[in-house]
Amino acid sequence: MNAPLPKPPADFTGFVEQEHHHDYGGDTVFGFWIYILSDCILFATLFAVYAVIGQNFAGTIEAKELFDLNFVLGETALLLLSSFTFGMAMLGANTNNIKNLMGWLAATFALGLGFLVMEIYEFVHFTHEGASPWSSGAWAAFYGLIGTHGLHVFFGMIWMIVLVVHILKDGLTEHNQVRLSCLSLFWHFLDIIWICVFSVVYLMGAM
Amino acid sequence: MAESDLHDDSATTPHDDSHHSHGGAAHGSVREYVVGLILSIVLTAIPFGLVMTGALSEMITVTLILLCAVGQIMVQLVFFLHMNTSSEQMWNTVSAIFVVVLVAILIVGSIWIMQHLNHNMLMGH
Repeated sequence: MNAPLPKPPADFTGFVEQEHHHDYGGDTVFGFWIYILSDCILFATLFAVYAVIGQNFAGTIEAKELFDLNFVLGETALLLLSSFTFGMAMLGANTNNIKNLMGWLAATFALGLGFLVMEIYEFVHFTHEGASPWSSGAWAAFYGLIGTHGLHVFFGMIWMIVLVVHILKDGLTEHNQVRLSCLSLFWHFLDIIWICVFSVVYLMGAM
Repeated sequence: MAESDLHDDSATTPHDDSHHSHGGAAHGSVREYVVGLILSIVLTAIPFGLVMTGALSEMITVTLILLCAVGQIMVQLVFFLHMNTSSEQMWNTVSAIFVVVLVAILIVGSIWIMQHLNHNMLMGH
């Protein structure tokens, strides 16, 4: 009973994930996938609210008069392209080409920033025209849905900066690879949500 | 030697075998992303063009908008997120299908209930 414990291996750090080395990546990405699916339910709730009260303008200016589809097409193009550039960044990461990865991530960040700037401009413009978030049920539902999506994009960009710092500091370690995979899922997911937004809110609203 | 490389944490070998089993993070190729991008552009251009020109009746336009949206979501899931029906990704796919059912109940149920409520309150009549 008093036999000495075996010496820990040289690379033992005491972290639990060290023991589950080979499961760490897959489990983390799958866990993040579950988070994304729960985020889907959040957006579904906001879409349901928009579907129910999205036409209750209560005398305020109506969506049809404000929506500019060319502008929305521009926003859509930026976000779609950023999804593509993130895919290219992942290819850079998979081939361990940090220069490629950083270049494509910078492009993704710029496109995301362009999208956010356009969205904020749109919000300011709409509010100026009398369609403020507190003006009517329809506009509250509109800002709630679009704003939540925009907030996700904003946090995705902050995450991107943090991850770039991580990669510049430590290189493409397995942990940074997993983090990059999660952010990739997150970014593509935001593009998918935007497909629903422009289809249901803008296109159907402008008809 | 090869064996120790695979398990060496400090070496940056992101292309080693263990990465192929990452749930939901299968590898893509340039070709895959380009095809996905082109399909997405087409499936975005169609609904925008329909609404901007007003070429078709409202009923048909709404139907086509929804079809293009579902089509583009599928395109992005397959070409950008690399979802497939392999056994490795079974739990990703099963959990996603579960959420699709939940989302459908949430949205269709909300619209259904609130329409009945409006109807019974004699609003909009």
